[in-house]
Amino acid sequence: MKRTLILTSALVAIAATAHAQDKEVNLLSWGGAYGNSHVEAYAKPFEAKAGVKVTVSDADNPATPIKAQVEAGNVTTDVASVEYADAVRLCDEGLLEPIDASILLPAADGTSAADDFIEGAVTDCFVGTDVYSMILAYDDSKYADAKPTGPADFFDTAKFPGKRTMRKGAKFNLEFALMADGVPAAEVYDVLATPEGVDRAFKKLDSIKNDVIWWEAGAQPPQLLADGEVSMAYAFNGRIFNAAQGEGKPFKIVWDGQIYEMEGWVIPKGAPHLEAAKEFIAFSTSPEPQARAAEFISYGPPRKSAAALVGNIEGTDVPMGPNLPTFADNMKEALGSNLDFWVDHDAELNERFNAWLAS
Amino acid sequence: MANALDPHAASATKASGLAPSGPLTTADGQPLTRALARSSRRARRRALLLVLPLLLFILITFVFPIGQMLQRSVKNDGFSANMPQLSAWFDANDRSVEPDEAAWGALAADLQAAAEARTIGVVGTRINYDVPGTRSLFTSAGRKVKDGVEPPFRAAMLELDEKWGDPKLWSAMREASSPYTGNFYLAAIDRARDENGSIVQAPEQQRIYVKLFMRTFWLSFVITCTTFLLGFPIAHLLATLPTRKSNLLMILVLLPFWTSLLVRTTAWMVLLQQQGVVNDILVWLGVINDNQRLQMIFNQTGTIVAMTHILLPFMILPLYSVMRTINPSYVRAARSLGATSWTAFRRIYFPQTLPGLGAGALLVFILAVGYYITPALVGGSSGQLISNMIAMHMTQTLNWSMAAALAALLLGGVLILYWVYDRLVGIDNLKLG
Repeated sequence: MKRTLILTSALVAIAATAHAQDKEVNLLSWGGAYGNSHVEAYAKPFEAKAGVKVTVSDADNPATPIKAQVEAGNVTTDVASVEYADAVRLCDEGLLEPIDASILLPAADGTSAADDFIEGAVTDCFVGTDVYSMILAYDDSKYADAKPTGPADFFDTAKFPGKRTMRKGAKFNLEFALMADGVPAAEVYDVLATPEGVDRAFKKLDSIKNDVIWWEAGAQPPQLLADGEVSMAYAFNGRIFNAAQGEGKPFKIVWDGQIYEMEGWVIPKGAPHLEAAKEFIAFSTSPEPQARAAEFISYGPPRKSAAALVGNIEGTDVPMGPNLPTFADNMKEALGSNLDFWVDHDAELNERFNAWLAS
Repeated sequence: MANALDPHAASATKASGLAPSGPLTTADGQPLTRALARSSRRARRRALLLVLPLLLFILITFVFPIGQMLQRSVKNDGFSANMPQLSAWFDANDRSVEPDEAAWGALAADLQAAAEARTIGVVGTRINYDVPGTRSLFTSAGRKVKDGVEPPFRAAMLELDEKWGDPKLWSAMREASSPYTGNFYLAAIDRARDENGSIVQAPEQQRIYVKLFMRTFWLSFVITCTTFLLGFPIAHLLATLPTRKSNLLMILVLLPFWTSLLVRTTAWMVLLQQQGVVNDILVWLGVINDNQRLQMIFNQTGTIVAMTHILLPFMILPLYSVMRTINPSYVRAARSLGATSWTAFRRIYFPQTLPGLGAGALLVFILAVGYYITPALVGGSSGQLISNMIAMHMTQTLNWSMAAALAALLLGGVLILYWVYDRLVGIDNLKLG
């Protein structure tokens, strides 16, 4: 009798945990203001709506732990936020679960998800959550008369004196240098695919090499601008926006020459709560949560129907719309980052970039 | 054992009261040798149980990961495991054989299978390490051949993309057809294989690793020297002051030691940058003009200054603990025998501090060689170390084999230096505290 009781309670306990595990999503995000937007706009509303517990943890770049988890056969993450390039790479290496695009919810007016997402935002293993970009930012107090207006001004130290800060890496800088050298945005990658084009980009970078402080962490450029160490930066728009909006710094953004890229959800292969993960992705990529997320951080929603839903900057009555990379006026001279190019040439061009830096 | 000459045997025999001819036994009648062996075995087992947690810990967190890392640096089966037919063709035919129709057929069939198994990216990534720009060649070919390829295969593949005919690509595929390769080590010393398989130098604008290795070891050496120059007098002061004063000073040494690395690095940025405290003071004093502010950070100087400060306690503490034990009467004796204070220091005091100096120098050097975050933040372009490239391959290009090869070379370099140190100074002659 006693044994039966113990056995039954053990079975019930196991069943209960198994049940509880179904209703859970482990989300791996980036932390900081960006991670906070995931918590506020996606995790909390999803918990309230679906009754599924969302546990959010942070990583410097979630792609690295995912690769490690899947290769070690010990996957604890259900959904992770990764950069597009990493998603392409991980998907090609078979480390991700395929995501069926049919689970995505249509827009309010009935437009199908396939038509509502911008081009390239949904792939076999990836659903885009936001668009961020590299932009030219300058300290308004340093340039009293003429203001920088585009990439060429960034490389013109005679007209606009002062140090600059750029990301320590080949990506973004080579494209930016070519745009500054007069290559139209649409042709940048065609030029960069040729050895002459790479030489041309490095030659342009050479012209300001001694005036550049190289940043590595996204938090550095606003700090360098605030300290007066540099007067211009080529940096992620969200960081500059936060410093300008949140801390009232005199930083201005020039959208001409922006290079935009996407981040989004992936499901690592062998995720413990696959169904709940898909449910979470379907919910969080619907227009309203996407628009809500954009109110916390100035990264644009990749769904067209979400753009109109974006309200004021959280905690203020200033509209967020014009601060987003996807805002129509900001997209005029914009370049979409070519991920295939970078997955192919990342290592090679970074080696050359580092050799160039060290010489 | 039962030797008549053995005094213990004799007394045991007497105590047990048995006939001297029988084997020695304990009080409860067991043979003494066996009882002794058992009890010493039990003691050994208990000792093993005590060290077992540590042993397991070292095995799991140290030996195993390092072994895995070393394996990763020579093993990458991304191609060989997913392209079995073509790998078999490479095995059967040596380098002099031009790829024939069978090879092209094997390529097409493998690509099709890999595309279906969604492993085509792994294959492309592996070849892309050796021939940049080929990952997309594989993935796009995978998409196109999904429905099958009609013979003749060579013509069909070349029609997909004429890059398939590149001899360099075929050479790289031949290299990758074995899961074990030394190519990552070659790349880590700025070498590569050409289409004939012979080792050549990487293109000049791409040579970076050898330079960074040299710089890493050189900067670590410089930092070890500066920590010694700064740390030696401090340690001496700490060791010779009365306890109350030296305890107070010791807190000043330890306080930064307990502060977060990032905080200290950032503090140096605040102090040394062009709009920073040091430059402000120099301008205010009129030493330099406002438009001639010194560039003291985001270069090698910044790396050396920040790392010296951060690693200083690792030099001071071993030196201090050794200096505390040095008897001051030796120096006094030398002085009374007519040595100048410099001679007494050089011939009597300094040699006695060597064990502490050796320990401190080794600690600082080895820590400096692997330093990552400080050079990343304050190093600028000229203060980068090899660890920054390892981090790049770990987190950015996700080429872990390359990261492992670089790390293994770094480990090898440190082990060689350790060996040299052992030969010159002797590792027994090391005192950490």
